[in-house]
Amino acid sequence: MPLDTYKFHDIIHRCFRCGYCKFPTNWMDVNNCPPYARFRMEPYSCGGRLWLTRAWLNEIIDWSNHLAEILYSCTTCRNCEIKCPLGFNVDIVNMVVAARGEMVEQGKLPPAVKKFLENIDLYGNPYGNARSKRGAWMEGAPIEQYDGQEYLYYVGCTGSYDTRAQNSSKTLGILLDKAGVSFGVLGSEENCDGNEVEKLGEAGLFEVLAEDNMARFNDLGVKKIITLSPHAYNAMKNLYPRLGGNFQVFHYTQILLELIKAGKLDLSKGFNAKTAYHDPCYLGRWNGQYETPRELLETVPSLKLIEMEKNRDGALCCGGGAGNFEIDLLGGSESSPARRRVREAAALGANVLAVACPKCLIMLEDAVKSEELEDTLAVKDIVEIVAGACCT
Amino acid sequence: MKSIYEALVGIVDGEHVSDRPEELYIYSFDLGTAQPQRPDYVVAPRTTQQVQDIVRLANREKIPVVPLGGGLSLAGLAVPLKGGILVDLKRMDSIIEVNEKGRYAVLECGVSQAQLTSYLARNHPGLTHSEPGAPPTATITGNVMIHGQGDLSQPYGFNSDLVNGLEVVLPTGEVCRFGSCAIGASWFTNHPLPDVGLFFGWCGTTGIVTRLSIRLYPAKPIRGVGQFVVENEELVPEIMEKITRTQMAEDIIAYSRAIPPFGMGLQHFTVNIAADSEKELEFKQELIWDDALGEYIRRGDGGYLGFTRGLERPQISKTSDYKKGGGFEYVGGIMPIETYPRCYRSGREISERHGIPYTVTGRCIGVGHSMMFAWTYAFNRADPETIRQAREALHETDDLVLELGGVIWKPGTYGQRLIMERLDPGTRTLMKRIKEVLDPGGIMNPGNWEGI
Repeated sequence: MPLDTYKFHDIIHRCFRCGYCKFPTNWMDVNNCPPYARFRMEPYSCGGRLWLTRAWLNEIIDWSNHLAEILYSCTTCRNCEIKCPLGFNVDIVNMVVAARGEMVEQGKLPPAVKKFLENIDLYGNPYGNARSKRGAWMEGAPIEQYDGQEYLYYVGCTGSYDTRAQNSSKTLGILLDKAGVSFGVLGSEENCDGNEVEKLGEAGLFEVLAEDNMARFNDLGVKKIITLSPHAYNAMKNLYPRLGGNFQVFHYTQILLELIKAGKLDLSKGFNAKTAYHDPCYLGRWNGQYETPRELLETVPSLKLIEMEKNRDGALCCGGGAGNFEIDLLGGSESSPARRRVREAAALGANVLAVACPKCLIMLEDAVKSEELEDTLAVKDIVEIVAGACCT
Repeated sequence: MKSIYEALVGIVDGEHVSDRPEELYIYSFDLGTAQPQRPDYVVAPRTTQQVQDIVRLANREKIPVVPLGGGLSLAGLAVPLKGGILVDLKRMDSIIEVNEKGRYAVLECGVSQAQLTSYLARNHPGLTHSEPGAPPTATITGNVMIHGQGDLSQPYGFNSDLVNGLEVVLPTGEVCRFGSCAIGASWFTNHPLPDVGLFFGWCGTTGIVTRLSIRLYPAKPIRGVGQFVVENEELVPEIMEKITRTQMAEDIIAYSRAIPPFGMGLQHFTVNIAADSEKELEFKQELIWDDALGEYIRRGDGGYLGFTRGLERPQISKTSDYKKGGGFEYVGGIMPIETYPRCYRSGREISERHGIPYTVTGRCIGVGHSMMFAWTYAFNRADPETIRQAREALHETDDLVLELGGVIWKPGTYGQRLIMERLDPGTRTLMKRIKEVLDPGGIMNPGNWEGI
């Protein structure tokens, strides 16, 4: 595609590659762009990606699998957009996504990305697991199929299929039930939310998924949705409305906080641990939800909340965004973002690293194992912490 | 026999060596107007030993080596003009020591300006370093190597004057240390051992600095910027002289720019003032604005625009986006302060001739012993004609610097040629001898200071 038909042809040259985008808010290092932190070579920086995109679209360099991997290694964490002081900063991630879209159009994708998208198209999840198994996580839990209840509890692919994340899904269902919330799930009728698909540049497949989901929600009369994952929260809150979606969407931390404030959950058992909270990108930088999870953690008796230096809009991404929890272009090294992140928590003296995202949960728990920190640091979903503090 | 690529992988690792088009493309550029030139290999070492091994390999293979720090000189100094191995040093980014009492920091060469600023603010809030107005990724070492300046240059001089010691990998691969660290003492002073002065200003042609010790200074808790303005550029040198005489300012910058239009033709001053107490701040303000500059205000020649508390560090620069074009470059001249009026008028004339809104800045160095005067030319990276215009303006400005009796700061190859044409023959011969002794294979950043 020539540059002049690229959606952002009039701004992509404006990146100077000054490198503000590599830093967290407190400027402590240049490791807050996940791919740059992982590889520490300039093509993997935000500016490197934009310059390579322009060179590719200008036919100065050819497409290669390496080029595609550089572009797909961006987790869309938006740290660059927070730090770039220039007027085009709001479109930095969009520029990368648009370039990926062009690769999708041309059918030129890294094999792992291609497989990810194919699996979602065929099976409704990136893992290639059977649709019929999507509801298996709720076996034995007091969770009903959605049938006009007040809330639809949307679990998402990771919470449905990943064995570690399934504990979060189930625990949330049990807590909601305990608090008397009227809710139901779609079980094997649930489909992928499409957030990662959109960020991988497959706009067509995203539209199919979103429209399919919205049609099902509308047919069932869904008005309010609780999501386990910030990724699904982002898709349904910010992307679906562009296609006509009109739902009230909540991340589960918002609901739990309200339930606790209303006295519907008794946390008097407490949770005795020095706990650091890791901000998920799609809850924090994408949706501005920095304080709700912290407020929720602070309601838990005996829990001591401590802050990592990289927090809120300066948090380091776990490296799992934009499909990288499965595509895994950033793994395999002590420089991987997730391993950097758990080292930061451990150095702070945290016993628990709390997360509010199933993708962060699996990324960071794997990193704890790689760093051999299992004896000192546990990764826990906030819902698990709340459940642990809850009196039966 | 192993290929050069395989040998580099053996020295570093497979993830930090590349000969692929994507890396070669990105590392072919300076961010200014210099023509890109692709290296043959890119390598990002982590240790001094790895740097030594790379340099020895390059000597054996007779292939150029080009060291790269932040890559923000904007003068094309790290463009691999003759290909070879580009060595990205930013992975060597440990802050090894901060000595509070001795007021110095020992750093690896990849430590960035913002990293040190942040580290000091978080761990040693009583100390600060002289930070240039460059983007935060600029490295401390890169800035020192080109005789950079910073926001403490007014009282203390060039940042290269603030060095207490160096560790250098020579072009033949040996490691040398300079300063007190060379005799096994701590890195607290660069004196009084014999001064070898072989590395600053040489544009990476005499070795690769891998560590350095830089002086730190008291960070006073109250810091801010006062602003003053005059219309007549002829008044700027004497105003600078009067402010420096008070010895109350940390940084003094005079500037003039075409945008915003209402400020065109005016000469603005920013004066950084720091204090431990309100009393000290009031005293300093009184000495500067009332005693030193009061007469200009009373005569109606100048106006005090107020004092803003807080200092933005690192500074956020939006200069590259002036034309919504992602590009700018400037010529920096180290100039006598009395040349400010001519620097301003000539710079404005050059800019206007090339259709570029003018921006000129003069930063006082060393209590007025000189100033770094910058003529900035923005361009649109998507429009080759604006790049050509900016490049022409830059070359004209290089000529202007020498015409006005200044010295081109961090000259690119064009400026280097101009300097060499004027250089004292004895000095030129000595530089040639030094280069031949240090770099017999001619591998270090060739194309720079070529033909010396």
